[in-house]
Amino acid sequence: MTPQEIADKISARFAGVPGIGIEAKLDSPVDPYIKISPDHILDATKFLRDDEEMLFDFLSCLSGVDLKGRLAVVYQLFSMVKRHKITLKVEVPTDIPNVQSVESIWKTANWHEREAFDLYGITFIGHPDLRRILLPYDWEGHPLRKDYQVPEYYNGMKVPY
Amino acid sequence: MAETITAPPKTSSGKPLRTEEMIVNMGPQHPSTHGVLRLEIVVDGEIIVDVVPHIGYLHRCFEKHCEHMTNYQQVIPYVDRMDYVCSMNNEFAYVVAAERLLKIQVPERVEYIRVIMAELQRIASHLIAVGTYGIDIGAFTPFLYCFRDREKILDLFEMTCGARLLYNYMWIGGLSHDIPSDFIARAKDFCAYFKPQIRDFNNLLTYNEIFIKRTANTGVLPADIAVNYACSGPMLRGSGVNWDLRRDDPYSVYHKFEWDVAVGTGETGPVGSCWDRHIVRMKEMEQSVRIIEQVLAQIPDGDVQSAIPKRIRPNPGEVYARTESPRGELGFYIVSDGTGTPYRIKARSPGFVNLSVINEIARGGMVADLVAIIGSIDIVLGEVDR
Repeated sequence: MTPQEIADKISARFAGVPGIGIEAKLDSPVDPYIKISPDHILDATKFLRDDEEMLFDFLSCLSGVDLKGRLAVVYQLFSMVKRHKITLKVEVPTDIPNVQSVESIWKTANWHEREAFDLYGITFIGHPDLRRILLPYDWEGHPLRKDYQVPEYYNGMKVPY
Repeated sequence: MAETITAPPKTSSGKPLRTEEMIVNMGPQHPSTHGVLRLEIVVDGEIIVDVVPHIGYLHRCFEKHCEHMTNYQQVIPYVDRMDYVCSMNNEFAYVVAAERLLKIQVPERVEYIRVIMAELQRIASHLIAVGTYGIDIGAFTPFLYCFRDREKILDLFEMTCGARLLYNYMWIGGLSHDIPSDFIARAKDFCAYFKPQIRDFNNLLTYNEIFIKRTANTGVLPADIAVNYACSGPMLRGSGVNWDLRRDDPYSVYHKFEWDVAVGTGETGPVGSCWDRHIVRMKEMEQSVRIIEQVLAQIPDGDVQSAIPKRIRPNPGEVYARTESPRGELGFYIVSDGTGTPYRIKARSPGFVNLSVINEIARGGMVADLVAIIGSIDIVLGEVDR
C-alpha cells in the first residue's frame, strides 16, 4: 500500500475519535509521515499491526527528536508480509513529555524507548522497565536535548576537557 | 527473639528474587562478552532464570557529536568507529542515507566499488565472528585461519585507501580514492583463494561434533519472537526468515547481481539455534564471494569523484535509510533543518536491537550456554553503545 492509502485507512478507522489529530504529511521532502497525538499512539499502532491489510510486524527504528520546545518520537514501521512502510510521528511539549509506550505491540520498542528516555527524557507511559540504558544510572540531564549543558562535575569529580 | 523481615533483593529491572535464586554478574571485563558488556544473571543452580544486560560502557554519544559537526562529510569518520570491524558497511549506510536526503545520483562505478568494499568487509567481519565464536566454544585453531584470511582483505583495503581498519573511504557522492590499477586482479586472486578456505572452515569448525553438540540445541530463537524483537541479519535468517535488505529493500546496485539469501534450516537441531546463525554466516561468505566476482567482471569506467557535492546543504526534511550490514539492519535516520549541520542523526544499530532479545533465548538454559549464545549474536559493543 502507498503511504496515501495507509493514511486514508487510519483516518477512516479512527474517524470521530476525539483528539487523535491525525495529520499526514505525504508531500514532505523524502520520507512521508503520519502524525498522531501521543495519547492514541498505542491504539493506532495496535491497529497497524493487527489489521489484515496493514500487518506492520516490524518496528525498524524508534527515535527521539528535540524540536526546541517540543519533543518528537518517530516510529519507522515496516511490514514484512505486505512489503510496505510508513513513518509515524508523535509530538509532546518538552515540559510534559508523556507518550504511550508501544512495548506491548513490539518488544523491540523496549530498548529503543529506554534510549529515548535516557537521552531525551521522554516518559513512556506503560513501559515495564523504564531505566537509563546508555548512561550511568546517576547521570543528570538528557544529553541529546538541544539546551543540554555539559556538566563540569560528575559525582564531585571535575571533568577535564 | 525479634525477627527482622526484609524485602527480597531485586534485579535491576525490579524482579524480586526467590530464596533459591542468586545474582551472578558476567562482565563488564570478561573474555566472552566480546567487549565491555555486563550481564546480570539470575541463576537457580546452573539454570538461567533471567538475564538483565547492562550496556553503555562504550557510550560516546556519537549522535550528539554529529549535531556539532560543521558538515555532513565530517560524520563519516565517526561512523567508522561505531562498528569498528565493519567500517565500510557503516559508511555505506550513512552515505546511502545522506545521498537519499540530498537526492544525489552517484556514478555507476562508485556503486560497483562500494559493493565490492561492502562485501569484502562483510567477509572480514564474518571471519572475526566465526573465529571468535570458535574460541568461545573452545576451538582455538579456526581463529588463526580466520585472521590469516582477514589480513588479506585488509591488505586490499590498505592498497585502496591507505587504512586497514577505519577507512573514511566512502564519501557522500563518491569515494576518497579510485581503486588502484592492480586491485581487480588482486581481488580476483583473493576470491579464487578464499572459496576453498570456506570449505576448510566448515570441516574444521562447523561440522565438528563437539561444536555441533554445544550449539545445535542452545539459544533457540523462534521466528515470531525474532520479528517481534526486530532482529535482523544472520540472527533473523538463522531463525528461518528469508529476509535480506539487499534483496528486499534494494539499495545501490545489488539488484544487478545473482546471489542467494542464506537461511537457517535446522540441519542439526531446531531452527533458530546458535548453529543455524553460525551456518548462515558461513553461507553468506560464499554468497559475498559470488557477488564480488560478478562485480569485478562488470565494473564500468568512470570518475569516482564527479558527483561529490561542493557544498552539502540539504533541504529541510528527513530520511530513514537502511542497509544490510554483517550484523543486520543498519539504518540512519537523518533530520535536516536546511543548514550545513545535521539537525539529528540516529543510528539504528543492529547489535543494539539483536542484543535486546538475549533474555528470551537464554532463559531456561545453562550458564555455560550463555557464552555460546552471546557469541552467536555477534555483537560489537562499539555499535551497541554508539
